[in-house]
Amino acid sequence: MDLSAITENLPLYLSGAQTTFELLLISLGLGLAFAIPLAVLRTLPQRWIWGPIWFYTYIFRGTPMLVQLFLVYYGLAQFEWMQQSTLWPYFSSAWFCACLTFALNTCAYTVEIIAGSIKALPAGEIEAAKSLGMSRWVMLRRIVLPSALRRALPAYSNEAIFMLHGTSLASIVTIMDLTGAARQVNSTYYLPFEAFITAAVFYFLLTLSLVGLFHLAERRWLRPLMAR
Amino acid sequence: MFLHGFLPSLLEGALVTLGVALASLALAMVLGLAGAMAKLSRWRWARGLAYVYTTLIRGVPDLVLMLLIFFGGQVAVNNLALALGHEDYIDIDPYVAGVLTIGFIFGAYLTEAFRGAFLAVPPGQREAGLAYGMSGWQVFARISFPQMFRHALPGLSNNWLVLIKSTAIVSVIGLHDLMTRGQQAAGSTKEPFVFYTAVALIYLGFTTVSELVFDRLQKRLSVGQRQGQL
Repeated sequence: MDLSAITENLPLYLSGAQTTFELLLISLGLGLAFAIPLAVLRTLPQRWIWGPIWFYTYIFRGTPMLVQLFLVYYGLAQFEWMQQSTLWPYFSSAWFCACLTFALNTCAYTVEIIAGSIKALPAGEIEAAKSLGMSRWVMLRRIVLPSALRRALPAYSNEAIFMLHGTSLASIVTIMDLTGAARQVNSTYYLPFEAFITAAVFYFLLTLSLVGLFHLAERRWLRPLMAR
Repeated sequence: MFLHGFLPSLLEGALVTLGVALASLALAMVLGLAGAMAKLSRWRWARGLAYVYTTLIRGVPDLVLMLLIFFGGQVAVNNLALALGHEDYIDIDPYVAGVLTIGFIFGAYLTEAFRGAFLAVPPGQREAGLAYGMSGWQVFARISFPQMFRHALPGLSNNWLVLIKSTAIVSVIGLHDLMTRGQQAAGSTKEPFVFYTAVALIYLGFTTVSELVFDRLQKRLSVGQRQGQL
């Protein structure tokens, strides 16, 4: 064990951890924001509405996130019009492409999680809302979404942890996240155990804090549904 | 020409991907079964060991574990060989490293799936088997395992779908899987969009077929099972 290389590079790991955290926050935030309205639309009876959303989640849940990342980052550069367009500065940046891909990916999974929990809502809750004369929009805002979102918490916590681990793919497109830091330390000093175990410890701590956070959230919002 | 003649190369890569995935699944099922039995055993050390295994593995990204096993294993194997008097440099096979990592990771996830499934088998079933004079192993093979498997199937199918997509990262350690073949073709034709789309479609084919197979298997294993009507 040679820990001097690790202590020397601790700032690299810390900035890597920050990058990982930012990637996670941006992708989860964007993914969830788009997933909620899409999940509601996904449960509507009209085929032309839920059909395209189903297709989107089917594609993104059926292919590896690494392939999606390569398609966005390397794939789009194939087209001349893309390189001429005003969006090119964004799509030529690894950071933008990683955030976009991760957000699209987690959004697809989150749509299915939330739509599933809307469909599993007890019929009585909706009937009660209707019999009180609530309009569709009010019912959605006051009854359906609060109830469905809290029921989706346990499944969503798994998705968030998967996403934290998924952000490590960013290191493959040259982003210096935690994994990127570890890879650089390994290639500089050739100390694979020290380099990757340090990153693993960081990821483990991040995972634990995420688990703890969701545990608190469940205690706060799932309380009415828990066994007494 | 269709895909510039790279289709056979992609299909070869697809076979490698499928091979890695199936070998990893086999390893993961063995580890998962062992882990579940350890978690349910009466020995405290076995429960503790299984707990450490599942917690540690599920807290670290698969890419980091894979790089650790590939690069770290390289150093460990060569140090060991040197200590044993071998002077030559030994290369770790990326195929072996990939299968070991992915099998090891999904063993932890399957441990949880199998543990829940074992608990779903009513204890009376096991007791009845013992009352008939079957040995502990016979009860496991004839009673608990077949009934457990039906309960484990949804978890198994989910994990398989995640696993086959996870195999894409073995391209990072230099295995010539579907992903690597796609990268090579994209590089030499300067048409990355076309080839990554082709790669994505092949993966989509794998996951779609898997889902159909698991659906049929689920129906088959649930024969004679009463379904509650909502």
